Amino acid sequence: MAINWFKYSSPASFYSLAGKMIPIFVFLAVVLTIAGLYVGFFVAPTDFQQGEAYRIIFIHVPAAWMSMFLYVIMAVWAGIGLAFNTRLSSMMATAIAPTGAMFTFLALWTGALWGKPMWGTWWVWDARLTSELILLFLYIGFMSLQAAIDDPRRADKAGAIIALVGVVNIPIIYFSVQWWNTLHQGASVSLNQAPAMATTMLTGMMIMVFASWMYSIVVILKRVRVIILERESHTAWVAELRKKEAAR
Amino acid sequence: MKPRHKKLAAIVAGVTALGVASILVLNAFQSNLVFFFSPTQVMANEAPVGKSFRIGGLVEMGSIQREDGSTTVRFAVTDTAEIIPVIYTGILPDLFKEGKGVVAQGKLSDNGIFEADEVLAKHDENYMPPEAAEALEQAAKAQKASLTQ
Repeated sequence: MAINWFKYSSPASFYSLAGKMIPIFVFLAVVLTIAGLYVGFFVAPTDFQQGEAYRIIFIHVPAAWMSMFLYVIMAVWAGIGLAFNTRLSSMMATAIAPTGAMFTFLALWTGALWGKPMWGTWWVWDARLTSELILLFLYIGFMSLQAAIDDPRRADKAGAIIALVGVVNIPIIYFSVQWWNTLHQGASVSLNQAPAMATTMLTGMMIMVFASWMYSIVVILKRVRVIILERESHTAWVAELRKKEAAR
Repeated sequence: MKPRHKKLAAIVAGVTALGVASILVLNAFQSNLVFFFSPTQVMANEAPVGKSFRIGGLVEMGSIQREDGSTTVRFAVTDTAEIIPVIYTGILPDLFKEGKGVVAQGKLSDNGIFEADEVLAKHDENYMPPEAAEALEQAAKAQKASLTQ
């Protein structure tokens, strides 16, 4: 007997499933963040060129990766919502956007702080930096468009179009350092090459990447629960939930 | 086909068309998206004439000369094929070193010297502790020595 996965495409059952999953991911996020920061700041050695300033990678790289991953996931959910009219997938897309925007901002901001002492400038208009800035604008555009439309179903559709159109920017960000001459350095870690990084540095960075994943899952699940309650507030199951909460 | 499958097909086709369109646009703007020109490109007159542009490459080994009593510095940028001399007055970034990546913005003067008004260090993608860097350097030296023998 197979598990009926479609059961969880209903907002009501996903609401309770998400509620059960959150504590697990909170635990993982806390443990991984502490472990990652410990390895990053106390175990990993100093870099031969950049000295201590290279420790930016423990925040900057996970943030930049998450900003791109989350955008793709957001666009996929938005696209599924648009194609199949499934309510929950559109809600997921809406829930992902603020976290994605936060990571994009974090990547740009930490990069600027590192760029000043290392490159000699806060900001340059090279292909990598510019396309990442466009990603921030895409997230902000998605959120403000959805906020501007009162009817949630129409807001979902309009947002999905922006999200899907913006997907072309993701490969541009990722490959910009290969396709064009940029000030930003090439990838130190990629799928088809051995990482150009000492092992402990890489370990610390990868732990922080997983920590960022866990953090994202926690806040996105929490946010989607709020969105579910908001949009389903007229339904019987939310009324029942309200009664239960009031009785407690 | 069910209507929702039709919709999905339309979305997939739309995204694909958009992707192809952006590839074509990016290809057309290829030259404008270049952040810097290499010395070879400059020698082949691909860089804009009379306008400010950036050159990028490695700082030629042994080329850095500082003028006494000022922040003026002369160095050469190379891509191992061509070399362009650069003159710059100002503060250099931490990572500016011989044999390392650099991007300089400025104009090419008539006598072939690049007069920079901004110099940025271009960092490479290698991260390692100083001991490992030293070991690598020694290995490279040993290899060179064995080659010349």
